Amino acid sequence: MSDGSMVAVPMIRVKDLRKIYRLGEVDVAALRGVSFAIGRGEFVSVIGPSGSGKSTLFHILGGLTPPTSGSVLIDGRDLVHMGDTERTNLRKTMVGFVFQKYNLLPTLTAADNIAIARDIAGEKGEPDEQFQQMLKLLGLEGRMNHKPRALSGGEQQRVAIARAIVNHPAILLADEPTGNLDTENSNAVLTLLRDLNRRLGQTILMITHNPEAAAYADRIVTMRDGRMVE
Amino acid sequence: MINKLVFENLKHRPVRTLLSALAIGVQVTMVLTLVGVSQGVLQNSIQQTKGVGADILIRAPGSSIIGSMSGEFPGKILKLAATFPRVKMVTGTLVAPAGGFLNYVTGIDLAGFSAMSGRFRYLQGGPFRHPFDVIIDQVYAEEQHLRVGDTITLLNKHWTVCGVVEPGKLARVMMQIDVLRDLTSAGADRITVGYAKLDEGTDVHQEVALFKARLGDYRIDSMEDLVSLTSINSIPILKNFIHIVVGLAVLIGFLVVFLSMYTAVLERTREIGVLKALGASPGYILNILMRETTLLAMAGSAIGILLTYGTKWLIEMLVPSMPQLIVYDWWPIAAAISLVGAWVGAIYPGLKAARQDAIEALSYE
Repeated sequence: MSDGSMVAVPMIRVKDLRKIYRLGEVDVAALRGVSFAIGRGEFVSVIGPSGSGKSTLFHILGGLTPPTSGSVLIDGRDLVHMGDTERTNLRKTMVGFVFQKYNLLPTLTAADNIAIARDIAGEKGEPDEQFQQMLKLLGLEGRMNHKPRALSGGEQQRVAIARAIVNHPAILLADEPTGNLDTENSNAVLTLLRDLNRRLGQTILMITHNPEAAAYADRIVTMRDGRMVE
Repeated sequence: MINKLVFENLKHRPVRTLLSALAIGVQVTMVLTLVGVSQGVLQNSIQQTKGVGADILIRAPGSSIIGSMSGEFPGKILKLAATFPRVKMVTGTLVAPAGGFLNYVTGIDLAGFSAMSGRFRYLQGGPFRHPFDVIIDQVYAEEQHLRVGDTITLLNKHWTVCGVVEPGKLARVMMQIDVLRDLTSAGADRITVGYAKLDEGTDVHQEVALFKARLGDYRIDSMEDLVSLTSINSIPILKNFIHIVVGLAVLIGFLVVFLSMYTAVLERTREIGVLKALGASPGYILNILMRETTLLAMAGSAIGILLTYGTKWLIEMLVPSMPQLIVYDWWPIAAAISLVGAWVGAIYPGLKAARQDAIEALSYE
């Protein structure tokens, strides 16, 4: 596992990150001193068994939950001392999420699912030219006015990826993005993520338990028992 | 964009949306129908009183502006008023409750009443011939399916309909005042309302002042005052009743929206988590639910207003003696009432949604 010294311009720098959950009267340590760095424009896969702390790491980097201790810098911004409001603002523009279950809003069309992300971020008007080109890359022409129930799993995940990057986030966090897809659609989505990384320089952190999926990344790190073990 | 999401959310569950709006509509109809009937009955009462042809009304001290609510007083007061210089003629009536809501019978001195109001226009039959004869108006006759010669029971006595007259004069059911006095144990000359007709060209306001000076605490109103001052607000019991119904309406709106929004929030837990992951603030989430609530309340108000035409038609069919007005000036008030109830009902589910933990919400199945 590379630490910060190996990455020239780290987009993500994590040092001695710990997260302890209180379950009833028992403290459960989900992260036990994680340190690593991801460079700008890197595509990194995090693999590990269930309970290894992958999802907790994902939630902390996405600003969905605060860490217990340690240091987390994303594009120079320190997450550790952020309050709820600051973490909410971070999610608007700095972080894009892709989930295993796509998590599109079922009442909105594909286009509107993307538009709502822009609305939340306070962006008005049409997305920029770069995003329009990216939509072509996603291959969603003719499907944008359909609601999620009319889209296949692969199409839904591509819409979710479009939604995640429409505000040009500093990092794209993908949590088991192929977990609900068949092999063909899995390959399409993973190829798409790699293209986004290569063509647009999008920094991507992908969590997966599938070594084949992890292999699409530039680098693979492994977690076990709340620690990086590589 | 947020409006589109709100609209699509409501469209996504059409039955729930329709039922919620309908329930809010019923609440709006409830308020509008009550106020409409109240105003209709009041206006009808004014028309009937105007139909007497008097210029001044005399009622017992402490009486409300509407005659039927008045207490009794001695007829000698009326006789005293008859001696005032510009008084052309006087007549008195005795009003007694006949059971049920807004059911009254009125005792009249037919000769005196006819002299003041002009004769009744009989559509069937004619004046009293026997002590237990009643004259009824056309509306009451149609409502009760009565014709001349039919028998009705009032005040535990059987009465024979002797005449059916055009509506708009004094009351719907009239009997001889002496007979009513005997039945109600009122004193020999007790009356409920005294009517005075003045000489042509008399200044009514001056004469009202004179009546007030000479008759002390008795309630003296000109017919003009009766028309201009009679409103729901001038009748405390009606005003309080309307306040109670408005309170109930707010409560219904609150409960309907509370349940609707609470289930909506539970159902959309995962979607709320998604919005939060996208960076939606608690205010943004609350804003979505409050807009949905506002839209529901607006749709409910429109439905309620339309339903009011239905209740008017129904009441006209079933109880023609209880006219309902379409109270346009109460439309915005009823809509505001429904909106307040709905907003209050949406606050808790809204805050619950806004405070939801994003991680828990995203893992919600």
